Order: sequence, then structure tokens, then C-alpha cells
Amino acid sequence: MPDSRSAILRQIRTALGRGPLSDSAAAALDARRPAHTRIAFDEDLVERFVARFESRSGTVARVSRLDAIPAAVDAYRQAHGLPPRAAVARPLAGLPWPAGFAHHPGPAGPDEQMSVTPCLAGIAEIGSLMLASGPDSPTTLNFVPDHHLIVLPAGHIVRHFEDAWTLLRALPGGLPRATNIISGPSRTGDVELTIQLGAHGPRSVHVLLVEDGPAAGG
Amino acid sequence: MDVSSPRFKQKAVIALANPTLRQALGQSRKGFVNKRAELVAALPEFEALRDQARDVKNHVLENLDHYLERFDSAVTAAGGHVHWARDAEEARNIILGICERVQARTITKGKSMVSEEVNLNAALEARGYTVVETDLGEYIIQLAKEPPSHIIAPAIHKTKEQVSDLFEAAHGGPRKTTVADLVTEARLVLRDKYFKADVGITGGNYLVAETGSSIIVTNEGNGDLTQTLAKVHIVTSGIERIVPTLEDVSLFLRILARSATGQETETYTTLSTGPRRPGDVDGPEEFHVVLVDNGRSKMLGGKFQDMLRCIRCGACMNHCPVYGAVGGHAYGWVYPGPMGSVLTPLFVGLDATYDLPNACTLNGRCQSVCPVRIPLPELLRELRHQQHQRGISPPVQRRALGVWRFVAERPGLYQFANRLAARALKSLGGRDGRLRHLPFAGGWTALRDLPAPEGKTFLELWHARKA
Amino acid sequence: MPRVGLFATCLMNLFRPTVGFAAARLLEDAGCTVEVPLAQSCCGQPGYNSGDFDAARALAKQLIAAFEGFDYVVGPSGSCMATLRHDYPKLFEDDPDWRPRAEALAARSHELLSFLTDVCGVTAVNAAYTGTVTYHDSCSSLRGLGVKAQPRLLLGSVDGLQLTEMQDAEVCCGFGGTFCVKYPEISGRMVDDKLANVAATGADTLLGGDLGCLMNMAGRLRRQGSTLKVFHTAEVLAGMATGGGIGDGEH
Repeated sequence: MPDSRSAILRQIRTALGRGPLSDSAAAALDARRPAHTRIAFDEDLVERFVARFESRSGTVARVSRLDAIPAAVDAYRQAHGLPPRAAVARPLAGLPWPAGFAHHPGPAGPDEQMSVTPCLAGIAEIGSLMLASGPDSPTTLNFVPDHHLIVLPAGHIVRHFEDAWTLLRALPGGLPRATNIISGPSRTGDVELTIQLGAHGPRSVHVLLVEDGPAAGG
Repeated sequence: MDVSSPRFKQKAVIALANPTLRQALGQSRKGFVNKRAELVAALPEFEALRDQARDVKNHVLENLDHYLERFDSAVTAAGGHVHWARDAEEARNIILGICERVQARTITKGKSMVSEEVNLNAALEARGYTVVETDLGEYIIQLAKEPPSHIIAPAIHKTKEQVSDLFEAAHGGPRKTTVADLVTEARLVLRDKYFKADVGITGGNYLVAETGSSIIVTNEGNGDLTQTLAKVHIVTSGIERIVPTLEDVSLFLRILARSATGQETETYTTLSTGPRRPGDVDGPEEFHVVLVDNGRSKMLGGKFQDMLRCIRCGACMNHCPVYGAVGGHAYGWVYPGPMGSVLTPLFVGLDATYDLPNACTLNGRCQSVCPVRIPLPELLRELRHQQHQRGISPPVQRRALGVWRFVAERPGLYQFANRLAARALKSLGGRDGRLRHLPFAGGWTALRDLPAPEGKTFLELWHARKA
Repeated sequence: MPRVGLFATCLMNLFRPTVGFAAARLLEDAGCTVEVPLAQSCCGQPGYNSGDFDAARALAKQLIAAFEGFDYVVGPSGSCMATLRHDYPKLFEDDPDWRPRAEALAARSHELLSFLTDVCGVTAVNAAYTGTVTYHDSCSSLRGLGVKAQPRLLLGSVDGLQLTEMQDAEVCCGFGGTFCVKYPEISGRMVDDKLANVAATGADTLLGGDLGCLMNMAGRLRRQGSTLKVFHTAEVLAGMATGGGIGDGEH
């Protein structure tokens, strides 16, 4: 009695009218490096990123240096009437957080209202952020709280998806468990096709764009 | 899901008489169709992307065995498990087995059309599991105990008032009447379920052979919460969803949202690669992919192979005037509209699905918007051909075709019959020049007058002049 | 002078010969000689679309034989001519004898209005029509043959004619051959949606290039008591839209 995997593979090969591929044919497929059309644009990467991201109700605040991040976070939480606490991913814990601001590295539980995370890159093509999960970057920080703040150094904005894949593949350990490409706040159109923000993921995604930060991949 | 396609005509007539459905469909049409058109007009590369997407899918199908094997190895290398399901029953048993082994109680689900195809929810509920659909549209129809009526927006047929009714009955508490309040209520109710879930089941828009990743593309974030918070993540996906590399993924991401909902991108594109890693503080402990065949491999190498290119975007049904008139439920199964009219007969058999390939004018708008250039009208015509070969078409139609062929193969006889008909119908049409009733043409005259002919045929008039 | 074999089409031949005479006049004005083979009947599309490919092949062979001597085959119908151009080669894909003949015929087969502009180079006609016109793009012409700009170019040259585009001009009118009698309720909804768009233009005349669509729409208009005029585009272009339109009385 053949197992299902063998049965399905055999059925596929029978339907295609051939047996298994030869080693050289398989190797040729494995060596395939496609180069598909990319979307052309000549805007500055930062400007394009900001424009696309804001078009989907994302918000952006420009910050001059990394150590100005805590002040920007505090300004955001005051503007939204939030208490002074957040899940802050470990790489950002060492920044000068104000006294009285309670932060922990996650994971985010059901009562978490705000999180602050780094990201791997911004993708200018569509104005999205790529975040990689890891011990220092729990995925729940990206989805559970109502408010998600993301630290993005301007030099980490790449042009196309393909440039982001290069960064992903270069991570030690290869692809992380979860790679999230986030384009703005959660939304749904499932009730009368009326777009409503804050379906299940964050209601608000706020990018802290650091203008004098490290370059991508560095 | 049970098949009710044999009742297509009755359900279509009922749907046509439903004013809330008409309003809902009209609105959705305007949204999806107009927004897509705007985005396409603004993207000069769109046609090239469609060609490349078609070509990548064809390449994958020609090498499907290879890419499935590569995917299996890559998932395993990342610490996940791949299960192969020949049919619906096997898929259900695999998933039931996993749930039993981990002693699950609550199961959350992101939207997965394949899970509907294999009747998963009924099997899980029969075993006593609590199953919660978390995609808002799927949640709404789960409460309504209805099947989805669209593959992207399953509750597209529901008005806001109907959703208010459902939520009031299911959640208790004061009735919410605005979209914002309804969505907030759903968010609160479902948040609790995510944290309780033992198993999270999602679909897989794309499966990446290179990395062993499954990809979901969503707007709500429910799929992400489903897979991140549960102890076990199960992906259910058709075997044809494989793409070779991440570069191929970017190609499809450029055309999917534009074609489906008229957005440049959906909110969340998530690649899941195996279970949680050492040191991770969240994420599922187990990662399973159930590869479902269920009739797909049989479509390879045959006249319907092109249909396996489908990326489930919904553009075809958004642009189909028949779907736009009757909605999704009339089609009677999981997949409605043009793609459903091809897939349903192939998956559930020709006998139960006579109307699906026939309730179509072959107008071709579906093909003109399909991002992977599936020749849907040709495939529908091929299904009609198979119905004809198997004697499934109605006897009246076969007899009429037989008579038409006999006469048309004899041009002299054909022209004679036309000369008779021209005179007879002209006289029946009287001074008004139209007929209100005509035997054997009730389908026409029920709703339309038949314009009367001018009285003589073109051929006889032409040749009289030339003589 | 190119020799054109005029394909009569079932609906034009039986219901509206004026369209055929208009087509002939337009072709002759464009410098073609026009002949109408007597031994012609149907192109086979009803059989093809019903899945009876044998019947379609039988009729296709007949048509190919009747018309293959001409420089061009031209018909006042996107529906029939799309069948000749696209479906005939497919029907004979596996037939080494008929496939080249089908392909040769397909390459020389044209819908009337696009033939005038694209092959004969006609950019204007000598006709007048007083009225506001709206235009229905039949699906087979539009998507099957890419006919969209050509009728509009020619109509633009008609003296006194004003063209107003309707919303959703590219959406099917609900005719679809046997579809309209097999699924009359769905077809009825589609034609009503189409006619609502027509009415919204305020035009007094509806034109199109396919008699199936036009008879569907005119028949529904008359049943609803509308007196909106419906003509085949060729009739207006040839200056022959002077009598009753489709579904009107004394011609």
C-alpha cells in the first residue's frame, strides 16, 4: 500500500507523462534564479516609503537620532491617552526611557496596549515594513497591542521586495520563524465593504523614522 | 461543504428577487471593479507581470513533483512536518489526528477555502472541538450558519443590519449598529479565543519551495494571531500553491491585491517557516502543512491544466455579470463565479453541476481580468463539450441541435426554411413589427418582444437584385 | 480591387437584410467588390458553444469551402467573425487536412467595421444622422476581436451624430446565444442593468455591431414600452437608418 506522498507524486508524473526528473534536470531547476519585472519609480526611497505607508493610514514621525526614540514614543502615547508602559523589544531596551515608563521585552499579552519594535527593513516599493521574529523580537508585539510603533532607520529602506529578500536570506540561521511584512494598521471591509481599521491587528501603526541611523545590513 | 449545485436555477431566481443581496452585490462590484481598474491604469508593468505570473505557474505545474519534494525537505529542515492528503477524507483525518494527539479543545481558523472544500469544520465539530472562524467575514457566516458566497469576502451578501442581528443574538449585550462598533465587538470577542486556542489552522496563499515557508496575505491580522498564539499551527493548502523562490513570491505579491480587492497591497504578508526556534518567546511549538490533492493532480496534462494556475484572487467573479446578478450561493459549493464554474464540475462531478458551465454568456470579461490569464470561457466550453459527449445535456436541447445541424448542413434547405420563417414571423408581427408570444420561444418572449423580420431573407433579396 | 465574400449571418439574413445591404454599400464605397455565396448557412457557433464540436466542424467545413476563394470574408457581426477567426483553427487543431485551410480562412476573416478601418483604411463615411447615440460594445467584438475604437472613429464622421458613452459599455447585455432562453431570469437582470445605463445617457438611439445583442435589447425595450431607436451601426454609417429601427413597425 503506497503512502500518500508516493501516490500523489506518482499521479502527478503519470498525468505529466513522464517519470521522476533526472538529477541534472532537478539541479537545473534548483539553480533557477528568476528575474521578474519590478515596479519602476524614481522617487527618493524615503519619500516613496512615507507616501505609500501614509496612504494606508500609517503614521510617520521623523526622529533625528536613535536616542530620541523614547521621547517620540512618550509623545505618541500622550497624544493617544495611553499609560506610560509598553512592550519594548530587547534591542531597544537600552535607549534612555523616561523614568516612570514601564517596559518589558514581551511577549505581548491580551492587556498590552502598545509595543515598540525594530524592523529589518522598510520596502519603498509599497511602503511596508519587514519584521523578522526572534528571541529579541517576539511576533506578538506586532499583532496583539492596539498601537504598534516601529523604529526604522532611514538607511534601512530598500527599493524592492527583492532587496528585502536578500537581507532575509543573509540573516544568521536563514529565514526566521515568522517574517511579517506590515503595510499599515489592520483593516477589514467585510461589513458592507466599508473599510474599518483595527480589525484584529493593531489599530494604529506608527513609524519612527530615524534620519541618522545605521545603514541597512550594517 | 454539501453540494447544492443541482439547484442552481432555483437558487438563482430566489437570489434575483432579493433586494438586499442586489444592493450588496452592486456595492461590491463598484468597489472591487473600479479600484482594480484605477490601480491597473496606474501600473505600466501590469501586463508584463501577468504574462510572467502565468509563465511561472505553468513552469511550476510542469515540475510540480520536483517543487513539492523540495518544499517537503525545506519544511522538514526548518523543524516542521508535511502531510500529503490524496482526498478530502484523508485531509480531515490528518488534521483530526493532530488535534487528538495534542488534546486540543479550542481551534481557531484563518480563512482557508481548501478547509471548506474538504468539509473540515463539520468533522472537527463532530469530534467535539470548538471551532472559531476568525476572519470577520467567515465569522459572520459561521454565526449565520451559511456557506461563503465569495472567496475573498465571504459575507459580501450580508448587510450591516443583518450583521447587527447576528452579533446581538450571539454575543448578547446592547445591539451595535455602526460598522466601527461591530468590528470592535468582533475584535474583543475573538481576541479571547486567540489566546485560548490550542490549534490554529490557516490557509496558504503561497508555499515557497526554496525556504519551506507558507505565506498568508490578509488585511485583518487574524491569520497571524491564529498561527502565533496557538500551540500548533496547521496550514491547509492545495498542492498547486507552490512557488519556487522568494523572487517568484514578489511577482505574485505585485498582482494579487490589485486583482483581488483593488489595493496596492494587503496589510499583512506573513511568511511562516517552521515552529518556534530556540530562544523564541512566542510562536507555535509545532508547524504542519497539509498538502491537499483532492483531484488537482488529475487536472495535470489534460484540458484543464490551465485552471491550476488560479491564485484565488476573485477578480473573475467580481467582473462576472452572472455572479453579479445572482451572488455566490447559487453556485452551490465552495467556489463560485467563473472559477467555481470550472472547478466545481471537476471536483464534484459533471452530473451534479449541469448549470454551472452553461449559465454563462462566454462574454470573456473574466479572462480579461484574470491575473494569470486562465482562458476561463474556453474551459467552460470544454465542460459543455464533455456534458454533450456524456449525454448529460437536456434531451430537448440535443434534439433541437440535431434538427439545426441537419438543416444547416443543407444550405438550400436552410435558406428555404429561412424564407418561410421570414414571411411567417413578419406576418405574425403585424403592423407593430414585433411578436409578444411565440411557441417554443417562451424563454425569450417571457421578458422580451421578438422583433419581426423584414419579410424576405437577405440572400433572396440580394440575388433578386443581382439577377 | 479586393474581392470580399460577404457572410450573411443567421440573424441578419433572417431578421434584418438592411444590415447586409448597408455592409455591402460600405464595402463597395471602400473599394471592394462584394459577392454573397448562395451556398452558405450558419457558421456553427450555436453547436460549438453547446459543446457539439462535431456539428460545429461539419458547418465550419462547409463555410470554409464556400468562402476560401475570396480575398476576405467579412460579416456584420463580431460574434460570427470571432468564431471564424479564433474557433475554426481550434476546431481543426488535430486535423492535418483542414487545419491549414481553417487557419488560412481565419487570417482573412474580419468583422465589418474593423475591416473598413484596419484593412481598407477608411476613416470617414459620407452619411448623416440626427440624433444622440450611445454605443454597446458586444463582448465578442470587444474582447474577442479588439473592436472598440473603430466604430467610434467612423461614427465620429457622421454628420449631425452625437455620441455619448454609457457607463459599463463593456458589460455583457445578457444575450449570450442560448443563454438568454436557458437562463431568462438572469438574462433579464443583465439586460435591465444595461438598459438602465442606456437610459442614463439620455440618448435617443442605441447602436451596436451584433444583431443578437441588439435584438435582445430592442426586444426588452419594446416590452417595456420604450421607443428608443435601435440600429446596427452599419445602417447608420451607410445612411440607411431612415426607416424603422429594430423592433419598430413598418420598415
